[in-house]
Amino acid sequence: MTSTNTSKLTETVLNKKKHKAHWETRSSYLMLAPWLILFTVFTIVPILASIGLSFTSFNMLEKPTFVGFNNYVRLLLDDEIFLQVFKNTLVFAFVTGPVSYVLSFLLAWMINEYTPGVRSIWTLIFYAPSLAGNIFYVWTIIFSGDYYGFLNSWLMKFGMIKEPIDWIGNSSYVLGVLLTVQIWLSFGAGFLSFIAGFQGIDNSLYEAGRIDGIRNRWQELWYITIPSMTPQLLFGAVMQISSSFGVSEVIKQVGGFPTRGYAGDTIGTYIIDYGTVRFEMGYACTLSVVLFLIMVFTNSLITKLLKRNIND
Amino acid sequence: MTKEQFKTKLRHLRYRGAKKANRSRGVDFLLGLFLAILGIFMILPIWYVIISAFKPMNEIFLFPPRLYVAHPTFDNFTQLMQILENMWVPFSRYLFNSVLVTVVATVGHVVVASLAAYPLAKHNFPGKNIISQIIVLALLFTTQVLYIPQYIISAKLHLINTYWSLILPVVQSTMGVFLMQQFMGQIPVSLLEAARIDGAGEFKIWWSVVMPSVKPAWLTVAIFAFQNIWNQNGNLYLYNESMKVLPSITSQVQAGGIARTGAASAVMLVLMIPPIVFFQCTQKQVIETMTTSGIKE
Repeated sequence: MTSTNTSKLTETVLNKKKHKAHWETRSSYLMLAPWLILFTVFTIVPILASIGLSFTSFNMLEKPTFVGFNNYVRLLLDDEIFLQVFKNTLVFAFVTGPVSYVLSFLLAWMINEYTPGVRSIWTLIFYAPSLAGNIFYVWTIIFSGDYYGFLNSWLMKFGMIKEPIDWIGNSSYVLGVLLTVQIWLSFGAGFLSFIAGFQGIDNSLYEAGRIDGIRNRWQELWYITIPSMTPQLLFGAVMQISSSFGVSEVIKQVGGFPTRGYAGDTIGTYIIDYGTVRFEMGYACTLSVVLFLIMVFTNSLITKLLKRNIND
Repeated sequence: MTKEQFKTKLRHLRYRGAKKANRSRGVDFLLGLFLAILGIFMILPIWYVIISAFKPMNEIFLFPPRLYVAHPTFDNFTQLMQILENMWVPFSRYLFNSVLVTVVATVGHVVVASLAAYPLAKHNFPGKNIISQIIVLALLFTTQVLYIPQYIISAKLHLINTYWSLILPVVQSTMGVFLMQQFMGQIPVSLLEAARIDGAGEFKIWWSVVMPSVKPAWLTVAIFAFQNIWNQNGNLYLYNESMKVLPSITSQVQAGGIARTGAASAVMLVLMIPPIVFFQCTQKQVIETMTTSGIKE
């Protein structure tokens, strides 16, 4: 009698626990649902759809028709402009990417030496371009090709050039101009993460380091700071890849759309060209898929590199 | 850890003093110089916008251009007002659209992202790990990269030419969920357990225990969403003039050519003030949140 009672009791308790666990799982999913639904619709579905549409010819008005690997073949064999924009994308990624990444880190490190008040002003100065959004239009005035262009008039004033240079219209300068603007814009979320990371390092680590014979700030940086910042460095890398491979709005507004001879265009703007001007959505999706693949590949490569370096 | 201890810990994190030791003055000076030069490079274009907005026409076309204003004037703002008055749609309409879209998207993003982040940070349920990994991967794909695919989906859902086409992609952005999830990870479980023993449901706990203790995080997430949507011109999505947002008038003013340099600077100045002020007011909280932004595995 007693034993059945006990077992009944245990059963109810267990049931209650089960029930509670079940309810908790349900509430977890309920809370997740609004975001997950929107995320699926606006991120997952677009990625999957572009993979699907990359095998079709599609102009938004008629139904997509299946063309197999035609778009990919065209991209690799027939499209000379693609080679150009692919090259530019890599230049953007491998110039602005590492430059911005290293600069963000070094700047955050230097800023960290100051008192909180001064630090917050430096932070604002470097982050302001990212905040101010469309303000990068001002670069078209700075690099304007006539006498009134800011750079031209100063260079002429000092006698360094005789005639104004058409910085944006000339295909040998435009990429340099765009790289400058992109670096100017690149102290974003990754930079903030670095600043925060420096502040989050436990002071006792530095004290211990001093006892162990760390003599100057460079050794401190190398032996203590960088290893403690791996998570932030990984986050910063993701942010950097996302901004330097995704660059398009800056190019459109500063360099023109498209830039002369596609000299400053990247896969990003080339996609917009095919998608919004020529309405060849199938091909635009093929380009998008290629861009996704390059980004994911670069990200996994850098993650591996950073982790291996830290673990050594 | 009690709530008080948790707060003290956060405050402590916020004000870690500079770690000065073994510093040579010479290197201090050189680093300061380097910082100053880069700082000038960063600030110069912004400074140029500010002074151009207040320069009278004759100073704008001075050769070589000056880096200060001799006779500041509000002419450019008056000219801007005139241009705006002559537009088919009144300025107040653009402002209304921008404010509406920005407020709805920012509030929506904070609520949706923090609601999703809480179970990801503090519950155990099947699928949790895979979702977290997808979030980290999706940080790579910004709106710029998803431009065309998102446009196709919005068109299929008949969202083109509605405010939702601008709002929803911002509401679903992964950055907010990621930052919230990381920050909520620090909340002591004992705090949640105490609320559970008091009989609070998960939604109640989220609202009255979790949300108040992650205020820095939702301010941060709000500023990211705010700057993202405030700066979007929406040209691809909104073609009905009466639905367009503020940044779209920048290009209209700029299209007037070199004679409108002053007015264009004025409009850029007006547009950049809100995000900069918002950021500077919340900078402490933003940095505090970013302390937990690292990707750990």
